Amino acid sequence: MAFRLKLVPDHTTFDFFKHAWLTFGASVVATIASIVLALVLGLNFGIDFKGGTTIRTESTQALDVGLYRGAIAPLNLGDVSITQVFDPNFGPDQHVSMIRIQAQDGAEAITPETIASVEAALQGVDPAVKFISTESVGPKVSGELIWTAIWSVLAATLAIVVYVWLRFEWQYSIGALAALVHDVTLTVGLFALFQIRFDLTIIAALLTILGYSINDTVVVFDRLRENLIKYKTMPLKDVMNVSVNETLSRTVMTSGTTLIALISLLVLGGDVIRGFVFAMTWGVIVGTYSSVFVAKNIVLFIGLDRNKKPEDPSAKFFTEGAPNADH
Amino acid sequence: MLQIPLWKRVIIIGLCLLGLAMAAPNLFYPRVEAHNDAVAALEKTGALTDAQAAARAGWPDFLPSGLVNLGLDLRGGAHLLAEVHLAEVYKARMDAIWPEARKVLAAERATIGAVRRAPSPQDELRIQIGNPEQIARAVEVARTLASPVVTLTGVGQNDLEVTGEGDTITIRLSPSEQAATDDRTMQQSLEIVRRRVDAAGTREPTIMRQGQDRILIQVPGIGSAAELKALIGTTAKLTFHAVVGRGSNPDAAPGAGNILLPAADQDGLYYVLDQVPVVTGDELTDARPDTDQNGYPAVAFRFNPTGARTFGDYTAANIGQPFAIVLDGKVISAPTIQSHIAGGSGIITGRFSVQEATDLALLLRAGALPAGMTFLEERTVGPELGQDSIDAGRIAAGVGLVAVVGFMVASYGLFGVFAAVALLINIAMIFGFMSMIGGTLTLPGIAGIVLTIGTAVDANVLVFERIREEMRHAKGPARAIELGYEKAMSAIVDANVTTFITGVILFVLGAGPVRGFAVTLIIGIVTSVFTAIWVTRLMVTVWFARRRPKTLVL
Repeated sequence: MAFRLKLVPDHTTFDFFKHAWLTFGASVVATIASIVLALVLGLNFGIDFKGGTTIRTESTQALDVGLYRGAIAPLNLGDVSITQVFDPNFGPDQHVSMIRIQAQDGAEAITPETIASVEAALQGVDPAVKFISTESVGPKVSGELIWTAIWSVLAATLAIVVYVWLRFEWQYSIGALAALVHDVTLTVGLFALFQIRFDLTIIAALLTILGYSINDTVVVFDRLRENLIKYKTMPLKDVMNVSVNETLSRTVMTSGTTLIALISLLVLGGDVIRGFVFAMTWGVIVGTYSSVFVAKNIVLFIGLDRNKKPEDPSAKFFTEGAPNADH
Repeated sequence: MLQIPLWKRVIIIGLCLLGLAMAAPNLFYPRVEAHNDAVAALEKTGALTDAQAAARAGWPDFLPSGLVNLGLDLRGGAHLLAEVHLAEVYKARMDAIWPEARKVLAAERATIGAVRRAPSPQDELRIQIGNPEQIARAVEVARTLASPVVTLTGVGQNDLEVTGEGDTITIRLSPSEQAATDDRTMQQSLEIVRRRVDAAGTREPTIMRQGQDRILIQVPGIGSAAELKALIGTTAKLTFHAVVGRGSNPDAAPGAGNILLPAADQDGLYYVLDQVPVVTGDELTDARPDTDQNGYPAVAFRFNPTGARTFGDYTAANIGQPFAIVLDGKVISAPTIQSHIAGGSGIITGRFSVQEATDLALLLRAGALPAGMTFLEERTVGPELGQDSIDAGRIAAGVGLVAVVGFMVASYGLFGVFAAVALLINIAMIFGFMSMIGGTLTLPGIAGIVLTIGTAVDANVLVFERIREEMRHAKGPARAIELGYEKAMSAIVDANVTTFITGVILFVLGAGPVRGFAVTLIIGIVTSVFTAIWVTRLMVTVWFARRRPKTLVL
């Protein structure tokens, strides 16, 4: 027998409801805390949503944020934030900073003259500085982007809930919805807590998290539906436990491979997409958690009508052959 | 039992090979790119320099040469989102109507009284009349200014809406005329922007209309958005000059009061022109494609009254002489004056194709941008940053791939190897598909591919776990494999359809780099389901038929 890596033993009988008050309660608390954090601390919106300009600089000289700030201050550009960027990929003489300038009154995008004056001021204090990228978004576009972002998250959630409703029962779709809300809120909360820049790519990450989380949830639901036919008299709670245990190995494997790939990207993929990858990594973790500890709890709470004819006609349409021929 | 018919095998293997073949050029990116550039140059100019010929020979013609486009964030370049002030054109229209309106109304002075222009919003013309009780008559007269709209949607509508209230006539563009005007303005703006960006000779600029009144301009390789704005912002200047002489020496001294300008369509041809233009494009009111008396394509144009007078006098005095039409410092055409052109309209003949005549008419009409623009969004990415991102993405993808493959093989042994092979084919297919449709790879797109590396094995994991379970129920290995695939199917379909939905929403609502991410995500889902279900299954089937194992080690 060859060596096999088994993260999960062949046959597990964990009771996933044993500490339901703790696991589910933790989720509820975390969700509420995230909302509070987002409301109290607010999100660190990037220029995509707030308007303004970011300039990325690179210099062979060691970065002195105070010096840069001093150079830009006389230009009276309002709120200017300068942060140093660190990344393991940078060489020893690569010093990168991000400068963010608020949207200027009365102007859509920032004028080339303003950017030129900022660049000249910085070159005055640091002759080795280079300007790697400049992005400027006007308040009109950023206002629209916020709505596009909100709509896309809502539309994706709705589409998923409807799909789950059509493929399963309405109780499942409520469970899925709860899991999705949980994942999105926790991700937004984390971004509020650490004040990580929240821009358009984070919305893309949120949608990907929705897709990933529902993927996990659906696999559990799919097994639950199958087991409900198999164990007609077993209490719903136990059938759920059996289903989660049976799919646990898969859940851990898939989360494992996905996290491996994401962590590699998080460490080595460069600082430009770090926020994006960070959101996804976190999302995969909470998404896995929610499919095991949140979605099915909601379904259990609502209850399922098990006397209903369990065969879903659409299942035949999607599967090949006769899936239940052996029972 | 565990069999796949021959035709299916052929299709599966064929699709894999096609994916690999389409992806292959991306491994030799610089070489294939140089080859493609050379081929494009050959099509355009018909001749190649030695360097271009060498570049062309660097990649055989018979091999696929489609490449994944690199987005601005990877290649470096500039991105602008401009909003066109459509209402400016309405205002110009209203200003142009006022003299005409005054003329027709003044003729009725006896009944309606004195007329004067009243202050109004930009897109309206308000005229006050002396006798308010005759407003109906005044409206009727003013309506004669309107002409029917010739558009698909505006059948039966006039271009002007005339209403009267109290002592004021209000004239404005009808909705269908407004729509038609907007469309024309946008097309002209797009064309002008495109021409100016093309003039800079950069690679594959993206210039497209976005929504009602916006233009998205993305130019890879350009230094900065400011540079791009300067390029677009210069107004096209159209002038008509007397031709003094022509030659092929770009350094020839044109002489006092003259200028030397190159021909637009012929390399090495230069014209010496009188520095003072006879007429300028500001006085052109219209230009459209037409045919000359021999039926060849030509361009008809018309001047406004002052331009017409100047032009008429000049042509009468210079029959048989060439005159030059100069656009943005280049002589686009130097026809000979055939006759006295009175009335301010004429035609430009030349050896035009129908397309060229249409383009020239558009260029003449579109001399200057029809309306002002505001830039809503500007982004510049330096080429170094793009290259750094590509390098980082490549390393991260490589490490991720090796780690995932190691993890799979450690967990599933031989089946893990099958999954790993399928994963490699999957990545190749993503690139192959992107190359085929000319998709754009962005930085989030690279993240999408790395994410796909992680999730693509999911379908395999579902199947393998299922086979393990079925094995426990002590069925034969063949049956276990078959049941594993069958029963995992519904979970695979459900899981991927939901991810697919989010991908589509991202694509529809996202923009720029995010859309690039959505594309890789969607393609990744399709290819990963294909490779996981069919490719690994084929491998498992072939292996099983060869070995006939009594038990499965999974």
